[in-house]
Amino acid sequence: MTDAGRLYQEVIMDHNKRPRNYGVLAGANRRAEGHNPLCGDHIRLSLQLENGVIHGIAFQGETCAICKASASMMTTAVKGKSVADAETLIQEFRDMATGKLDAQSQTQHLGRLNVFAGVRELPTRVKCAVLPWHTLRAAFHNEPSATTEAGEF
Amino acid sequence: MTAPMAGKSAPPASAPALDVERLRADFPILQSRVHGKPLVYLDNAASSQMPRAVIERWVRYQEHEHANVHRAVHALSETATREYEAARRKAMQFINAREAREIIFTRGATESINLVMHGFGRAFIKAGDEIIVSAMEHHSNIVPWQMLCEEKGARLRVIPMNDAGELLLDEYEKLFNARTRLVALAHVSNALGTVNPVRDMIQAAHRHGVPVLLDGAQAAPHLRVDVQELDCDFYAFSGHKLCGPTGIGVLYGKVELLEKMQPYQGGGDMILNVTFEKTTYNALPYKFEAGTPPIAAAIALGAALDYLAGIGMERIAQHEQALLCYATDQLRKLKGVKLIGTARDKAAVLSFTLDGVHAHDAGTLLDWEGVAVRAGHHCAQPVMQRFGVPATVRASFVFYNTFAEADALIAGVRKVQQVFA
Repeated sequence: MTDAGRLYQEVIMDHNKRPRNYGVLAGANRRAEGHNPLCGDHIRLSLQLENGVIHGIAFQGETCAICKASASMMTTAVKGKSVADAETLIQEFRDMATGKLDAQSQTQHLGRLNVFAGVRELPTRVKCAVLPWHTLRAAFHNEPSATTEAGEF
Repeated sequence: MTAPMAGKSAPPASAPALDVERLRADFPILQSRVHGKPLVYLDNAASSQMPRAVIERWVRYQEHEHANVHRAVHALSETATREYEAARRKAMQFINAREAREIIFTRGATESINLVMHGFGRAFIKAGDEIIVSAMEHHSNIVPWQMLCEEKGARLRVIPMNDAGELLLDEYEKLFNARTRLVALAHVSNALGTVNPVRDMIQAAHRHGVPVLLDGAQAAPHLRVDVQELDCDFYAFSGHKLCGPTGIGVLYGKVELLEKMQPYQGGGDMILNVTFEKTTYNALPYKFEAGTPPIAAAIALGAALDYLAGIGMERIAQHEQALLCYATDQLRKLKGVKLIGTARDKAAVLSFTLDGVHAHDAGTLLDWEGVAVRAGHHCAQPVMQRFGVPATVRASFVFYNTFAEADALIAGVRKVQQVFA
């Protein structure tokens, strides 16, 4: 099976059907929305940040399976981590999805998120995978919204 | 890719005698495999494929006939000019225009519409005037008019549609008033497949003295178009949607309107005489063809029109209607599928959503089965908003598609549903 096929199988069989941290976080102190105008993906993140640590995170949205699974796995990956560590993951995830980072030869912290390397075989879908991570960075920087169409991703 | 199997795949008894397998052999790309599967190309509304005769015509032009047109006195230039003008006459015949000078070569339907916006709209539409478009227009027949409205302070009025994707003709009639200057209307909807009752709608507009532009990008490949019978004032279509190359399209306009219009672009070929004090514009159609035109593309388009005429637009329409009926029935048998666009009069476009599956996921998974469809908003976001969906999957058929390919689409959709079950 291709990497993209494995990606689909894993993310669809699991996170798309049973997304983790789905909903609105009670007591959230940061929020951001993400849009992908090309395919209509729309995601809303809510976070609880304290002393530079992500204590809680949840997401909601109307998205494709790739975006939903990426968001679901992102929330589990960054929960309990410092903002600085999460920023590193955001950068590494974006670099992996766009092919700038070779997860096999370069040191990185993505762990199970490496399944998203398969999205490189689907160039039109890279933005779907990256949108939640864009939105997370927007939430960190107190920007209300993120879009896949602004600048480089 | 093969003849339909007996039993469940059998075409309806009324299937026309179009030898599809023989036609398919004319298209080199249709022999391709995608992800190890035979290509099932159902994205024809976005762009159709090119038969060998058209490819070879392009090559012959480049190898033996190329020079600039309407300029030099040497033999090659005369050949290129003759062939370029022959292509114009083929386009004239294809849509039954009265004269060759009513045919203006453009980059495609989008540029054709923009030409009318600049040449007609900017000259004759003023503050407070109104332009009527429909709720099912492609962005290319919305945005140019919005730009004009913004520039002039004019107003866009929209013909609404019902849940089947049919325009509400009573509402259309009510939109006319003394300020209405133009109706810009899709002949066939790209997102829904609806064939609009354009002849009646043109008559209605003319009763109010209002000219009508038809966006024929999705109609010209599938129906016999007769601009005299329709009595439309402008007709726009693209070459690459009817087996021709990209980068070439046609604007038809009635002579009396084209004569009154301002040039669209300035440059060589569109002038008779230039001094620094004054320029005299060239006659039709050259007034609207500034610069060296896409000569090879125009000649190849001529070959594509010959190819379609050789099959016959009536036979093409018959086969496509049989495919549409068959594929619609098969798709309706599946649970969790919602057809978007169920007009009584439709071109062979199936736009649909799947419960619990985003259109883009369906598009990717269908691609892995070799089935090429479009997934998205189809450059018709207002249509998506009207039906309350972010995107649809769109399978669009042409004459070279088979009943077996319709079966492959249905099998692919079943597979998508299994993955997401």
